[in-house]
Amino acid sequence: MQYNQTVIEKYEARPRVWWLYTIIVIILAILLGWSGSSIEFRGVTAKGSEVASGIFFGLIRPDFSMLFTTAKEGVPYLLVETVCIAILGTVIGGILALPFAFLASYKLMPKPVAFITNALILLIRTLPSIVWALVWIRVTGPGAFCGVVTQSICSIGMIAKMYITAIEDLDTSILESLDASGCTSFQKIRYGIIPQLIPNFISTIIYRFDINIKDATTLGIVGAGGIGAALIQCINSRRWTMVGSFILAMIILMLIIEFFSTRIRSKLARGQ
Amino acid sequence: MKKNSSVPFSLFDHIFKPEKITLKNGHTVMRPRSRTPLITVVVLLVLLFSIQMTGFNPSIIIRRGSQLTKILGQIFQPDPSYFSKVWSPLFETIKMSIMGSFIGCLLALPFAVAVSANINHSKILLAVLRVILNIVRTLPTLVIASICALVFGLGTFAGTMAIIIFTFGVVTKMLYESIETVDMRAFEAMEASGADKFQAFWSAIFPQILPTYLSHCLYSFEMNIRAASILGYVGAGGLGILIDERIGWRDYNGLGTVLLSLFVTVLLIENISRFLRSKLS
Repeated sequence: MQYNQTVIEKYEARPRVWWLYTIIVIILAILLGWSGSSIEFRGVTAKGSEVASGIFFGLIRPDFSMLFTTAKEGVPYLLVETVCIAILGTVIGGILALPFAFLASYKLMPKPVAFITNALILLIRTLPSIVWALVWIRVTGPGAFCGVVTQSICSIGMIAKMYITAIEDLDTSILESLDASGCTSFQKIRYGIIPQLIPNFISTIIYRFDINIKDATTLGIVGAGGIGAALIQCINSRRWTMVGSFILAMIILMLIIEFFSTRIRSKLARGQ
Repeated sequence: MKKNSSVPFSLFDHIFKPEKITLKNGHTVMRPRSRTPLITVVVLLVLLFSIQMTGFNPSIIIRRGSQLTKILGQIFQPDPSYFSKVWSPLFETIKMSIMGSFIGCLLALPFAVAVSANINHSKILLAVLRVILNIVRTLPTLVIASICALVFGLGTFAGTMAIIIFTFGVVTKMLYESIETVDMRAFEAMEASGADKFQAFWSAIFPQILPTYLSHCLYSFEMNIRAASILGYVGAGGLGILIDERIGWRDYNGLGTVLLSLFVTVLLIENISRFLRSKLS
């Protein structure tokens, strides 16, 4: 193909950062070589292929008697329990995060207070929720309540962080104009601050609810209520049709919740 | 469909009639009733039901709160002699997440292209691939890990597999959403001038998504360090085994050591990755 002379010249003069690519490739190769060293493949276990085919057929032919029952061991009850844990955990976390957010804002608080609160938020955020659940279980005993408490604490970290961004992004010019038109402090908060914060806060809480639902399904594994305990028991005792019905129900639940939460949040963002 | 506020709640407006306001110039406007009371009542009912369902009882916390302060007090006094035993599982966790993130991100790229509606025009293929993606994506990491541990035996390989699958799901989802918002005109121009689909993708779309893709990869690596640290709980290698063991033996000082090293590692990796991501954008 015949190209224009200037096109060829420009193409030849394109910026080339080959040394950057080389460094990246070398670093990646070193990292991968290092990490490959301790990961050894010892083949599939004797029962491995049986497990894989069991799960596959379990998903195709789930145990329908488990899916449509109101018994306490049935899928619907456990799913509702999981959702309830996530709802309460998220709401309480959202409320507890409020003071944290105000205390951690460098704009509103003196530096030492904000620093300490930020360190606390970081600590809450970094530790996996399973660890929190294992510690709380010693206090509350096993059961759904432990899941609620764990999620309330774990949610604080992320929610507070997103609250802080919302608070620091406040449009203060609105307050000035309210001031100019003679509003009292209460009116300024009611009409100037709250309408700006509420949609952001609710959107944050709904986003966290999405995460908490997924998290609540695993908390059961350590005994903190919800669907996880029953699921792991079924996996370990190799009852694949039951595993299939649990997994199918979980997937459907999470897709439904994701769908609605995305719609509500995009609505809140458009602000109508 | 008309996009105004009354569409999703039209039934609501039939039951609670909008208020009629007559303006000074004689015109009348309809003001729909506020939805806030209805939403409040629904939210309260849901909360009450949840409290019933989960056996929510704050008095337990007040009664047994001393237990928590005792445990936390011990966790915050890490046992330094235990550090020597933390190193090897900690590095195992890091290695598992590096390997898992790398392979998972690599696999996600072609799959994300295949599930993007603007590049793959076959509706049936798209639907099938998206169902597979959704199944992979919604499975909790620990469930994937416990299945992997059954299939591949206990150890780091099962953990790495679990991280690969998990990363694959997350990165594919984020990436195909970026691909679908990409500027398609360059792609169409290349196709019009005779390039095949792959060539057009490689030179017109890939440069557009590359920074986003790398940023998603780094982000997933950040998440994976935290995820990998608990995989050991179901026998898939790494720090989780130690966490489980220390709690089982009620050695909370040792647990403090494990958590402290995890905290420092996560902090380090998060900061490196955040620095790299800020360079990318």
